Amino acid sequence: MESRFTKGKSALLERAPSRARGDVSLSAFALLFSELVQYCQSRVYSVAELQGHLADLGKRVGIRVLDGLVVRERGGRRETRLLNTLLLVKVNLWRSLFGKEADKLEQANDDDRTFYVIEREPLINAFISVPRDNSSLNCAAFAGGIVEAVLVASGFPAKVTAHWHKGTTLMIRFDESVMARERFLDGR
Amino acid sequence: MLRTESTKINLMRPLGQPALACAGYRWRENYYSHQRRGGYNIGVRIIEDFLARTNVGRCHDFRETADVISKNAFKLYLGVTPTVTNWSPAGDEFSLQLDSNPLAEFVELPDNHTGLSYSSLLCGVLRGALEMVQMAVDVRIVQDTLQGDLQTELRLRFLRRIEESMPAGEE
Repeated sequence: MESRFTKGKSALLERAPSRARGDVSLSAFALLFSELVQYCQSRVYSVAELQGHLADLGKRVGIRVLDGLVVRERGGRRETRLLNTLLLVKVNLWRSLFGKEADKLEQANDDDRTFYVIEREPLINAFISVPRDNSSLNCAAFAGGIVEAVLVASGFPAKVTAHWHKGTTLMIRFDESVMARERFLDGR
Repeated sequence: MLRTESTKINLMRPLGQPALACAGYRWRENYYSHQRRGGYNIGVRIIEDFLARTNVGRCHDFRETADVISKNAFKLYLGVTPTVTNWSPAGDEFSLQLDSNPLAEFVELPDNHTGLSYSSLLCGVLRGALEMVQMAVDVRIVQDTLQGDLQTELRLRFLRRIEESMPAGEE
C-alpha cells in the first residue's frame, strides 16, 4: 500500500490480514467494560440515555469489525441477501467477538422485518448485576450497537435494541427499503 | 469474577479505548486523569481476581514484585510478558518494556492528539493493584509506541509501604 495512506505510522497495515490471534482474559474485558459503563453512567440522567451511549460506543466497534470479518471469513465478498447477512452476524460475528455462535436467530411471527438474536447468557452481561430500581437496563445495548453498525455498514439499514426476554434478546428491525429490495431480488 | 475455567474473549481488541478517548474529552489532561482513575478502579478490583487465580504468595522484595507483575499478571490479563529492566541502583525503580501493547495495537493517534498518553490506563491499574497489597508506587509511561518509540515502557517507582490501620471508629 502506498505510504501516504498509512502515513508510516503503523506497521500493522503492512501485515497480511490473517486471523486475529490471541484472546484476552475475560476478567480484563469485564473490568474494562465495567469502566465503560460507569463512564457512560456518570454523564447521563436516564436508563434510555445510558443504553443509547453504550449503543453508540458499540457502533464504533461494529464499523471497525465488519471489514476485518468480511476479509477473513468471506474472502472479501460482502453479503447482499438478508438471510446471509443475518447469518454472518449470528455465526461469524459472534464467533469472532465472543468465541461462540449466538444461541438463536428468529423471525417475528407477525412482522417480516423484525428479527431476534437471542442469547441466554451473553458474555457481556456475565458479571453485571442490574440494580433493582432500573431493572430495564441491559448493557447488551453495547452488542446491539455493534450489530446495528455491522448491518448498516453492510447496506441493510436497521434499528437494533436490547431487551430482557429469554435471557437477552436483540431486536433487529429492518428498514422498509431493505424488505422492498429483498422482494425485488426474490422476484427475479 | 471467580470463574475458574479460562474463558477468553476477543472483544477487547476492537473495544480498546478509542471510544473513551473521543467520547467527550476535549482536553488531553482530562482524558489522562480519567484513564488513570478508571485504571485505578480496575486495579483495585483486579488484584482480588489475580490472587484468586494464581497461587502467588507475599513478595519479599520489590524485585520479586516486578517478576510477578510481568510473568504472571501481564501474562494472565493481556497475554504478553513485558521485560523487566533498567533497575535503579537503589532497587526501588524499574521499567516494564512491552514489545507489543494489546491496548494500543490497532490505534493511531489522530493528528491533533499526537501527544496523547493513550495507555495511561495501565498506570492506573498497576497503581491500584499494588496499593491493595500495601505498596504505594508511582507509575508513568516513559516510552510509547504510539509516539513513535520502538516499544512501550512503563516506569514503576516504589514510594513506601502502606501501613494497615484500623478504619476510624472500629476496634
